[in-house]
Amino acid sequence: MFNRDRWNEIIEALTANWFRTLLTAFGVFWGIFILVILLAAGKGLENGVKRGFGDIATNTMFMWTQVASKPYKGLPKGRRYNFKIGDVSSIREKVPGLRYISPRNQLGGFGGTNNVIRGLNAGAFNVYGDYPEIINQDPITITSGRFINYGDIDNNRKVAVIGEGVKKELFKFGEEPIGEYIKIQGVSFMVIGTYMKKSNNGDREQGQKEIFVPFTSFSQAFNRADNVGWMAITAEDDNSITNLKKSIIDVVKTNHTIHPEDNRAVGNFDLYEEFSKINGLFIALRGVAYFVGTLVLLSGIIGISNIMLIVVKERTKEIGIRRALGASPWSVRGQILLESIFLTIISGMTGIAVSTGVIFLVNKLLEGMPASDETMFANPSVDLTVVFVALLILISSGLLAGLIPAQVAIRTKPIDALRAD
Amino acid sequence: MIEIKDLHKSYQMGSNSLHVLKGINFNVKEGELVAIMGSSGSGKSTLLNILGMLDEADTGSYFLDNIPIKDLNEKIAARYRNKFLGFIFQSFNLINYKNALDNVAMPLYYQGIKRKERTDKALHYLEKVGLADWATHLPNELSGGQKQRVAIARALASEPKVLLADEPTGALDTKTSYEVMELIQGINDEGKTILIVTHEEDIAHMSKRIVNLKDGLIIDDGIVEQVRANSYV
Ligand SMILES: Nc1ncnc2c1ncn2[C@@H]1O[C@H](COP(=O)(O)OP(=O)(O)O)[C@@H](O)[C@H]1O
Ligand SMILES: [Mg+2]
Repeated sequence: MFNRDRWNEIIEALTANWFRTLLTAFGVFWGIFILVILLAAGKGLENGVKRGFGDIATNTMFMWTQVASKPYKGLPKGRRYNFKIGDVSSIREKVPGLRYISPRNQLGGFGGTNNVIRGLNAGAFNVYGDYPEIINQDPITITSGRFINYGDIDNNRKVAVIGEGVKKELFKFGEEPIGEYIKIQGVSFMVIGTYMKKSNNGDREQGQKEIFVPFTSFSQAFNRADNVGWMAITAEDDNSITNLKKSIIDVVKTNHTIHPEDNRAVGNFDLYEEFSKINGLFIALRGVAYFVGTLVLLSGIIGISNIMLIVVKERTKEIGIRRALGASPWSVRGQILLESIFLTIISGMTGIAVSTGVIFLVNKLLEGMPASDETMFANPSVDLTVVFVALLILISSGLLAGLIPAQVAIRTKPIDALRAD
Repeated sequence: MIEIKDLHKSYQMGSNSLHVLKGINFNVKEGELVAIMGSSGSGKSTLLNILGMLDEADTGSYFLDNIPIKDLNEKIAARYRNKFLGFIFQSFNLINYKNALDNVAMPLYYQGIKRKERTDKALHYLEKVGLADWATHLPNELSGGQKQRVAIARALASEPKVLLADEPTGALDTKTSYEVMELIQGINDEGKTILIVTHEEDIAHMSKRIVNLKDGLIIDDGIVEQVRANSYV
């Protein structure tokens, strides 16, 4: 099927009229170009918006206590309660499919009074009591030293991991913070590491101004007993936290004697659900890109089909000669189809190449610009699947474009074909 | 080799019907060199095209080497044409963007023969028609006589049972016509069955038998004394 004669003939047929071939090819080129650019732009927008989520594990929910809104088993409504450290183990026991359950305590924060002091420097920072797993749920990059580990947890070590922003405020430029002590609400903690957060929803600056200390020593130092402020819970990759959410909340409701239909007692934020909504939006956007791109492509295909018809008409006599010499209908059809597919693929691939080139340039430009959280556009790209899909579309459209001309080519009786000139 | 009985053919032109062949009966044995003669419009080409399976008769029977040729689909017709028949046309019908060698190799390509063998065979037949040195030339670099020789080589390449030539010398001057006829006679001498359509008396007399067609009927069919084409030079 793909021997040299075939190729010679295809090339010959297509180069016979350069200008016409180029014009024809342009239709498909343009269609695929638009398709790829639209898809890449959609991807860029998606990347930009998703960058807002930072590196945070998206299959995650946050859960905190609110006020019980229904009386239950003799307990009044309007009652306050606290998560206990025991809730963590009972959730782990009763709800399978969870990857991380991180209890957290928190104090201070942006806009609050200065709660951290080192020598003459002071600042207001968020201080978290955390387990080591939290770094997998809300990833940060350790820039020096290390993060909290289970040794710290088990031994109630008063150690702290501070953000680069904290370091800037409490330490002199070039000063080594590791091994130094800071006072958090009067309690001394030794700095064991510094970190950087890549990006966080709109508050980049704020993200660098946090302090992580072991959950146990936090509870001890700030008298939290076995209370848990809130939890960050991440599901295994093959489960969605949205599906597990209800079972988790049911567990804490049972633990804290809360009415099963009390929907207000347990506050939560399902990151996965939010993420899915945004994802759905981008899937729709991609659908639009495919739709528009395919329509433009379609007009290109019609162009090719048209030109192939003319080519077939022009070559009626030649086709007649071939059939007199023993060319079977399929060999004639195959020739036309191959020509059409070849033309489609060549022009389509050029379209893909040029559009990826454009995307590459745009990426280069974007790289040169300072990344800011306001640009809702990052790293527009097409992945291999898109190129593969585009190729499939091209092959099938080439086939489609050649179908009618191929049929026309063998419709004429050989004798009539021979008579034509 | 060829047996046809009561062959009829009409052309439909709108509401009119033109009865071109009105009951043709004739047989050709292996090794014959037959000239089909008749004035323009007498139906010579129509008959030859039916024999060549390029067209179909309306009624009547046609056996080629004892194979009934009737209601063939295009796929089988193509295969039979390729295997059994070689065509030589008045206007040569070479493919203009292929060189002489590739033109000759075309029927072999449709036989599914490998490139190497195809080239060897094609070259052999080009040698036979005396054009080995012109193998890489395109048709438009050849003279009329040379083109017809390439066409003859092409017709021979698939080693068909019968050669069908429709006015093979119609586009050639007298001298070249005789050269082409000399070649055709040589091929017939080797045993190939050949039918030639012509309206030129001198060409017809270079065959061994003349069939005369008039108004769609054979009016005369007889063996003639063959005039050798080389006796003219
Ligand atoms: N495809 C066709 N449609 C209609 N009439 C045709 C067709 N082919 C040939 N004819 C007519 O049939 C008659 C015989 O034609 P043809 O066999 O070509 O004659 P010849 O070859 O003897 O000159 C002519 O009158 C011609 O006009
Ligand atoms: Mg004729």
